[in-house]
Amino acid sequence: MIGVEQRPRLRRGVRLSFDRVRQAHVLLFPEGVVMPNATAVAVLELCDGERTVAEIVTALSGTYSGVRVEDVQNVLARFVERHVVEVLGG
Amino acid sequence: MAEVAAPLGLLAELTHRCPLHCPYCSNPLELIARQQELSTEQWCSVLDQARDLGVLQVHLSGGEPLARNDLPEIVSHARGLGCYVNLVTSGVGLTTPRLADLVERGIDHVQLSLQGASEAGNDAIAGARVFKHKLIAAEAIAEVGVPLTVNTVLHRRNHGEIADLIATAERLGAERLELANTQYYGWALRNRTALMPTREQLDAAEPIVREATERLAGKMQIVYVVADYADAHPKPCMHGWGARQLTVAPDGTVLPCPAATAITTLELSSVVDTPLAEIWYSSSSFNAFRGTEWMSEPCRSCPRKETDFGGCRCQAFLLTGDAAATDPVCSLSPNRGLVDEILAQQPVVDVELTMRAPGRA
Ligand SMILES: C[S@@+](CC[C@H](N)C(=O)[O-])C[C@H]1O[C@@H](n2cnc3c(N)ncnc32)[C@H](O)[C@@H]1O
Ligand code: SF4
Ligand code: SF4
Repeated sequence: MIGVEQRPRLRRGVRLSFDRVRQAHVLLFPEGVVMPNATAVAVLELCDGERTVAEIVTALSGTYSGVRVEDVQNVLARFVERHVVEVLGG
Repeated sequence: MAEVAAPLGLLAELTHRCPLHCPYCSNPLELIARQQELSTEQWCSVLDQARDLGVLQVHLSGGEPLARNDLPEIVSHARGLGCYVNLVTSGVGLTTPRLADLVERGIDHVQLSLQGASEAGNDAIAGARVFKHKLIAAEAIAEVGVPLTVNTVLHRRNHGEIADLIATAERLGAERLELANTQYYGWALRNRTALMPTREQLDAAEPIVREATERLAGKMQIVYVVADYADAHPKPCMHGWGARQLTVAPDGTVLPCPAATAITTLELSSVVDTPLAEIWYSSSSFNAFRGTEWMSEPCRSCPRKETDFGGCRCQAFLLTGDAAATDPVCSLSPNRGLVDEILAQQPVVDVELTMRAPGRA
């Protein structure tokens, strides 16, 4: 489980961008392409290696209602498993 | 047939020229000559059309992509379109200034091939003294700071070196290591008898790879591609024929699969005279094996047909003469005997290799 004080960021070689052809956000990395859903995009856009998970939850709460820490942790865990996100700090 | 989805990946084989002579090379025996290669403008047009179609990932490969003097321009163009750019290279000529320029222009990732773990082993397989150039390339990659995947094609001559290959990739700073057992197309098919690993080699490799994968988790990812012939099920045909990726050969021929020139019954289209979108959606070659309608038994009623798509079309054609047949590697194929026979005919001693030609001027 990723701790609330840990700071996630996209791994080197991973890019989050917007595809004008599909009109959707895309995650680009060496092994392929992933189309993250709206929740995942909102989380990934805040993963800068500076913000902690707790701070990401706070930031998201400003825009969305009912943001839960576990949901953010789950989204991040999925991307860590896919070698898209890495977490800094113990 | 279900609606055809837009492609995600383009394998751009910029040239067939190459300073190495790998006898396992998947390039066709009939290499495309330099005068037949697409011009810079034509490649840029291919990239424009590919992006408009939906392509997001561009693999610049060959032959040796560094042999094209216009590689920097092609990289800038691909990245300018927003594509993820992967350089697939043997590393020869990849110095720090050259790589720094390419990265500045937009290379996202480098895939560097290693033929062996030691200078002697590497250079014997490559047929050229290139190991030291690969070390220089790896240093440049670390210095410039671009993510690296090391790729080694495994076969009878280097299967025993797996532990050393893993250590070497680690030393070179790779984030990923692909250990891919040879697929038998092009020069590899020509050299199949000499390249096919023994059962003992395959059995010895498994625990080494497993141990290293666990030990290096989070540090270096290891992708092990098992030996095809030895398996009971075939490897999937990509994500399906004409489903996600297309390949453009040096002369503009568009291939549904990188090895598709092997299927001589397939009528291939070219970007030289046909728009890429038309080729992707309407050409006979891309539609030949899309979906599952084309399948016959045993695939047609098999629960795995959406998983492996009946296996490799090129292999089916090369071994049975029928590109729509079940991949003979499949234990359910009536032709599995052909594969067992090849496995049974393995030589007791090493057989001589036919080295790949350098490509034609
Ligand atoms: C054909 S090479 C061209 C790029 C460059 N010359 C190189 O060797 O990296 C593209 C990739 O395919 C791999 N490859 C070549 N022949 C293969 C085969 N028969 N089976 C599996 N992979 C192969 C190479 O190791 C390389 O990573
Ligand atoms: S001969 Fe080797 S280095 Fe050259 S294209 Fe083929 S696999 Fe790559
Ligand atoms: S019968 Fe066809 S679909 Fe089924 S496992 Fe074999 S190749 Fe795959």
